[in-house]
Amino acid sequence: MIFSFDLLINAIVSGILIGGFYAAVTSGVSLSFGILDIVNIAHPAFIILGSYVAYIVNATLGVDPILTAIVMMPAFYVLGAGIYQIYYVSFEKRGQESLRGLAFFFGLLFITEVSLVLYFGVDYRYVEAPYIGPTWHLGVVGMPLRMLVPCVVSLLLIACLQLVLTRTFVGRAIMAVAQDQLALRLMAIDPIRIKRIAFGISIATASLAGAFLIIIQPVEPSVGREYIGRVFAICVLGGMGSLPGAVIAAMLIGIVESLTSTFYGPSWAPAVSFGFLLLTLAVRPAGLLGR
Amino acid sequence: MRTPLFLVICLAVAAAVFAGAVAVGNDYVFFAGYVILQYVVLSTAWNILGGYCGYVNFGSAAFFALGAYSTVAIYKLIGANDLPHIVPMPVLMLVGGVVSGVVGFGMGYLTLRLRGAFFAIATLALAVVLQTLIVNWDFVGGSRGAYILRPEEVPLIGSYIKYLFLVMLLLAVGSLVIARLIERSRLGYGFATIRDDELAAEASGVPTLKLKLIATTISGALMGMAGAPFPYYIGYLQPSSTFGLDYAVNSIAMPLIGGTTSWVGPLIGTILLGSLQQIATVTISSAVNLLLVGVILVVFVIVAPNGVIGIVHTYWQRKPDDFVGRRRVETDVPGSVP
Repeated sequence: MIFSFDLLINAIVSGILIGGFYAAVTSGVSLSFGILDIVNIAHPAFIILGSYVAYIVNATLGVDPILTAIVMMPAFYVLGAGIYQIYYVSFEKRGQESLRGLAFFFGLLFITEVSLVLYFGVDYRYVEAPYIGPTWHLGVVGMPLRMLVPCVVSLLLIACLQLVLTRTFVGRAIMAVAQDQLALRLMAIDPIRIKRIAFGISIATASLAGAFLIIIQPVEPSVGREYIGRVFAICVLGGMGSLPGAVIAAMLIGIVESLTSTFYGPSWAPAVSFGFLLLTLAVRPAGLLGR
Repeated sequence: MRTPLFLVICLAVAAAVFAGAVAVGNDYVFFAGYVILQYVVLSTAWNILGGYCGYVNFGSAAFFALGAYSTVAIYKLIGANDLPHIVPMPVLMLVGGVVSGVVGFGMGYLTLRLRGAFFAIATLALAVVLQTLIVNWDFVGGSRGAYILRPEEVPLIGSYIKYLFLVMLLLAVGSLVIARLIERSRLGYGFATIRDDELAAEASGVPTLKLKLIATTISGALMGMAGAPFPYYIGYLQPSSTFGLDYAVNSIAMPLIGGTTSWVGPLIGTILLGSLQQIATVTISSAVNLLLVGVILVVFVIVAPNGVIGIVHTYWQRKPDDFVGRRRVETDVPGSVP
């Protein structure tokens, strides 16, 4: 095979673009798993839910999917806060989150997926938007807008999240809640309320990530499962709870996956993230920018 | 009850089940029964790691599929349609068990030194990666799948599905005996200390990593053994259905619904949920029956954390020790530090 430089550059660029999308997907897990220590393996299911919400609104009213997602974020926030309340009362309070809490989220994942299958069937769904289709060309590099737009919006989202986490009172309380709940109580803050807010935000990001997903590729209910390994791999690789780390790790995995599918074939790409996950767990469990 | 006596009773029950199935005289009973028995093995195997040690394995489907695909690999390697005459089914199961056990050991070694959640996530990812490997491995059929010809007759027993049913029945008895044996041995007490408080166990000199690796290996091996006869049952093996989420969710839901602390739990859970699913599949649809499993799982973990055993125990106001005949401290004390 003749080594093509153009192909390599294009693979790297599309890897960075897809990495931006992965960062949006991971930001929610970074909050719930990384900071709050809630192993929400149902997160991809909420992303698919976000995709279907964007799809329904787009198909009936023709509204832009990203706009829909931003408008729907409060609804997802409420959903997340509600789920955390159930989780807290049923598992955290009783100290059973390790086994039964995991099973609870696994059940949620399953219920969401099967419900979507029953209601929408297993057909692939897609959305219409002006930026799906055209491609910008910079020399030999092609940047499809359907990848570029989600990547840019996703980086904006993460920048906002990072600002909230480091600059606001609630954000700092969220960072603190995982480290020392007692100290938080001494500051007259209710840790449960803070955790509820954080989990709500984490699910709210799923609304936007879902819109990105359906812009990038057609979606059917079980697509989300492919993201479980990838998302947790990125989260662990970046360092638990570190958003900048998650962005770097997402780009890294995006590039490696893109190179793999360009030079070895797309059917091998899913194995990449798992390889990374195992490597990280074996060599540096704290991740790239871990605490 | 001594183990030999328990084995004899189990075998007697198994013989009665087989005789009953033969008496019905309809092959459907064997097809449906095989699935339920397969889940008895899977959920018992899951419970050895999940229930006894408290480590959640989401990759049951991966271990199951490894067993199934090692049978396919041997089938393709020998290339004979009458493979069961050359390599008997128990040997195939042994191979499947060894393959899955080794993979379980390897993955456990990499991830079990970390927090429990990492292991759970790694098992989820393992299923995806193994599926990728199988899809790309043309020798065992790749994404097109593989056809396996089922022999017509087996001497002495009759139709092949009867034989498969019998094999799975014996494996189910075997796994129940193993689970019960573990539960009452030093190994079982070691597992319980890991589940209750791993740090304290470590501090008291329990070799936790070694015990966890033993549990992962036994659990994985049993799942692989359950998978080995599957290609002959299904006739056409295809990656996306063999790695299906329903194996993973069922093998978690069944022990949690029955009760995780004793060997009876997975058995009760499987019989309840397995029969319900068979009925729902026949009367409603197979998608609805999966939804049913998800909903029942979520309701049970919230409302009845100790499963059917827990409900029975509160109903009769007896200690779980008396009910299942073993001594251990109740773990799920409200407000205890995880």
